[in-house]
Amino acid sequence: MSRLSSRHLLGLEGTSRQDIEAILETADTFREVLDRTIKKVPTLRGITVVNLFYEPSTRTRISFELAEKRLSADTVSFSPSTSSVKKGESLRDTLQNIEAMKIDMVVVRHSSPGVPYFLTRFSDANIINAGDGAHEHPTQALLDMHTIYKKYGKLDGLRVVLIGDAAHSRVLRSNIWGLKTMGASVAICGPATLLPYEVEKFGCDIYTNLDEALDGADVVNVMRIQLERQHAGLFPSQREYTRLFGVNKDRLKRLRRNYTIMHPGPINRGVEITSDVADGAKSVILDQVTNGQAVRMAVLYLLRGRDDEGGVS
Amino acid sequence: MRVAHEILEHNAGAESLAIIGVVTRGVNLARRIAGIIEDIEGIKVPVGLMDISLYRDDVHSKLDQPIIQRTEILFDVVDRNVILIDDVLFTGRTIRAALNQINDFGRPRSIQLAVLVDRGHRELPIKADYVGINIPTAHTDRVVLEVAETEGADRVYVIRGALEDEDSVSLARGKEGKK
Repeated sequence: MSRLSSRHLLGLEGTSRQDIEAILETADTFREVLDRTIKKVPTLRGITVVNLFYEPSTRTRISFELAEKRLSADTVSFSPSTSSVKKGESLRDTLQNIEAMKIDMVVVRHSSPGVPYFLTRFSDANIINAGDGAHEHPTQALLDMHTIYKKYGKLDGLRVVLIGDAAHSRVLRSNIWGLKTMGASVAICGPATLLPYEVEKFGCDIYTNLDEALDGADVVNVMRIQLERQHAGLFPSQREYTRLFGVNKDRLKRLRRNYTIMHPGPINRGVEITSDVADGAKSVILDQVTNGQAVRMAVLYLLRGRDDEGGVS
Repeated sequence: MRVAHEILEHNAGAESLAIIGVVTRGVNLARRIAGIIEDIEGIKVPVGLMDISLYRDDVHSKLDQPIIQRTEILFDVVDRNVILIDDVLFTGRTIRAALNQINDFGRPRSIQLAVLVDRGHRELPIKADYVGINIPTAHTDRVVLEVAETEGADRVYVIRGALEDEDSVSLARGKEGKK
């Protein structure tokens, strides 16, 4: 069963294990396409995908664009700084105008949580969330899970520690939902001020001491400290954060022997992770980037398999 | 066995050959033919497998979305005589997709097609170079191939009118089949 139960990918909270498995398995096939001389298949020929990136992005935008092109879709990329958004056009009007040009899929990133869901209310296109505020970033979590799965052959029973800002990190939140659905044991570690209200509802182990969190972990996924979201002074200084929550070589001794270091990027080198760890033999940070394309190809392929009535097209 | 000999005869040996089987039955046949060629010539011919789902031309029609399987061609196809192997040749659309996919891996010297069963009803100008058996069928018939590797025995069934009534396929299996 490869089809997804939803026409859209808005987040991993509530996404079923079957859907996640379908995406991860399909991504495996697309990973092989990326190793070919001609990294292109005609699968989405005739499909038009619009990339609406209202927030800056390097790897996610390029990854989606390449994934679309490698599936032979026609792509249009939109950035608000060079569009009518500058003239005050609303999000809804922008999308409805673009949709009037007969598009099929929309990949959207926006600083406001819920924008991808909002778009589904008046658009017939398949909507893919490429990051909505501090809410979710499902394809990043899926590529993280795919990377872990490729290394261990499973997700069930692995102990994964997510380090960083649980209050603001959409990557961390999507990872929590996805990993838990897939049976991994998830721990969050970060300053108490960066843990959200009612954090216990995530159903994870919560740590404010990094050394304790790392004990016996298989996978360490280090999140970027989002300096652009830190105006409220939620921790005293970068130096203190590094001392208490920075992943360095000494701290790796606490992990299991076959451990894995991950980071969704972009890395603040020397802040949340030291360069020798980020570039070390156990780091899969660049594999994550490659796998990201395969996962996004899988998501585009699987979502396009569904028609407007919820059937398969 | 005969097909393997024909392939060797046509290509003056196995030196330049590579075999690609279309999943799933074509792969079993590909491995078998490679084994027979090795017995005859003493040369191990590289074998690849190919899923054509991503190259289908019916993406927009109301068909079940296929579960895509692995394509594994771990050798260079450039300048080789590639033998493409499928179980049943019907409309020719699978082979069209396979030809496109092979070309994305490189430019072989030639691509030759071997099928176990040719049942006719071509929708594209495609013809097999090596055919195990020609079975005349109606357009609504279904041809089911079973191989020893997965079903325990080699069998070919023709199920009359099965494409009109999909449920009859499982019932008819083993009852009205013919070898």
